[in-house]
Amino acid sequence: MSGKVSILEALGFRKASGVGEAGWGRTLAAAIISFIYFLPVLFIIFTAIKPQDVALSVPPTLSPTSLFGLIPDQFVFTPTLENFGSVFERSMTVGGAPEPTGFDRYFFNSIVIASSSVLLALVIGTLAAFGFSRYPLKGNDTYLFIILTTRMLPAIVVIIPVILMFRAVGLSGSYTGIILLYTAFNLAFTIWMMKSFFDELSLDVEDAARIDGSSDVRVFFKIALPQVIAGLAATFVFGLILTWNEFLFALLLSGPDTRTVPVAMNQAVSSGGRGTDWTLLAAIETLFLIPVFLVTFFLQNHLLRGVTFGTVKR
Amino acid sequence: MNAPTATASPPPLTRIAPDNWKLAILVGVLVSLVAVLAAPAAVSFWIVGAMAALIAAAFAINAYRRKYYGGLLVAPAIAVLFVMNIFPLLWSLGLSFFAYQSNQQSIRFVGLANYVKVLTSELTATANWLALINTAIFVIFTVAAQMIVGFLLAMLFAKQFPLRKYLLILVLTPMMLSVVASGVFFTYYYDPTFGILSYVVNSLTGEQFVLMSTKLGAVTGIVFADAWMWSPFVMLLVLAGLVSVPKYLYEAAAIDRVSKWRQFWTITFPYIRGLLMLALLFRTIEAFKLADLVILLTKGGNDTMTISYHLIRIANEQNKTSEGAAISYIMLFMVIVLTNLYLYLANRRSQGA
Repeated sequence: MSGKVSILEALGFRKASGVGEAGWGRTLAAAIISFIYFLPVLFIIFTAIKPQDVALSVPPTLSPTSLFGLIPDQFVFTPTLENFGSVFERSMTVGGAPEPTGFDRYFFNSIVIASSSVLLALVIGTLAAFGFSRYPLKGNDTYLFIILTTRMLPAIVVIIPVILMFRAVGLSGSYTGIILLYTAFNLAFTIWMMKSFFDELSLDVEDAARIDGSSDVRVFFKIALPQVIAGLAATFVFGLILTWNEFLFALLLSGPDTRTVPVAMNQAVSSGGRGTDWTLLAAIETLFLIPVFLVTFFLQNHLLRGVTFGTVKR
Repeated sequence: MNAPTATASPPPLTRIAPDNWKLAILVGVLVSLVAVLAAPAAVSFWIVGAMAALIAAAFAINAYRRKYYGGLLVAPAIAVLFVMNIFPLLWSLGLSFFAYQSNQQSIRFVGLANYVKVLTSELTATANWLALINTAIFVIFTVAAQMIVGFLLAMLFAKQFPLRKYLLILVLTPMMLSVVASGVFFTYYYDPTFGILSYVVNSLTGEQFVLMSTKLGAVTGIVFADAWMWSPFVMLLVLAGLVSVPKYLYEAAAIDRVSKWRQFWTITFPYIRGLLMLALLFRTIEAFKLADLVILLTKGGNDTMTISYHLIRIANEQNKTSEGAAISYIMLFMVIVLTNLYLYLANRRSQGA
């Protein structure tokens, strides 16, 4: 008996502590449901490794392997890595020589713009959230609600004045302009999220430190901030996911040098008048998914622990 | 809600002093408005920038003099939000009182005429009201679907089991996809000729299946795609609440033979109420802005035009900038009423509990 258990334990099937234990039934149900939920994404990833001519075949090709004869041959395709190459270099005209597509630049732009605006919003927003939480202004709730209001209007309404403003001061098509805009775009969520984390902290420790002569700056950095690291991780991930895929602002405000991947993706698959290039779109999306997938995966534990404190308090 | 520095009362609005931030905001907003309306954009931007700096400086000086850290900490965020969001919002609010088209030079003050026009004019009002009703349908169904699916997924993942970490990231992935890619691929899944859905239905019934040909089908298709993408957002927030419930509460309840149903409402629910609220709040705000999926899946056909897509057409394609601004402020008013209702109900419940 004990021998069996230890083998299972070695595979990770041990009794867990903390959040209770689910039986085999629940595990199986979760596995099946997660897999079904993931299927549309899996199909996109498989399309990325399909030869171009079977992308729209009827019946649809579903799998790169027949899984030892489990899947009938008509649904199986031969995988290829060609599509990933054509993301970065392909011929733009029929029979033309391969040209670089500039996608390496667009990936670089996406990474720079998304990460710097989310980090900037995190720094400014955390300071503001601490202010709102610990040193309430008169009409604190009103300020918070006005900040939330900035998320409510459709982007198209804000964008017209912003375009005019950027043109007037030469910020259109520059990194600075779009990073600042995304920072503002992320601030509402960051402030609301971080404020609820700070609200949940016990004030006793901070008061004790103050009585012992710690400065307010020291209290913030040494006592409050370490307790909300999980919240910072959670806010970072949510902000990153939203900024990474933002389309409308990027379409209207980024220039040729600062174009982000969603905009370039939209152009790459719909230009040329030949209809959607399915395998190319899938290859771009698969590559584009990897960074944000990895960040989420590695911050996942923080994410679960992190939002634990976050609640709406007004 | 008393400030720690309540002894130092805020300066009266009329006194001119470097630390009178209320006056600074008032002057800043007024001067900005005047500058926007009177001066060309190249000049007015710098005036507005100077006003933002003035407000920021007033905040900083005030904070420094009174050891009033609230203002000092909040100032950078307010400055960024003012320049990038609040100022453009005020600008378009101003525009909604003018007759202005972005492809023409002329601009003239018309008061509330734009609002009257978009709400009552025979030519435009019908389309606006239809788009508004469609948006209401989408908000109700997408938010309901996301809350239910997200909640059920969270319940599924609430307990520890093997491979949970890896299965969880599979469910989270739809949220990370770019809307461009997932939207375009949903047109493929729904495609009557090549699509997987029609292939499956076809091989079962022998008839060709066209999902998007009716309003019901089109709405279902869009709601399904949106709910699939954003249910993980709700799930993650609810899951965080479920995981935080102390285990001993359930053990005590089990000893007292409390029913599962009652356990949920008395133990679990209070821990996730706030998070459900946050999810509901942000999903409702986003659902009102639903446009990209509609553009990709139906282009507004089959009576699926939403107010947000309608707005893009009016403001961007037809260049009716000020009419678009008027519509969006009517929409903003509705979202504000709705979110305040949510927050009011949430506060009342949490105080009653």
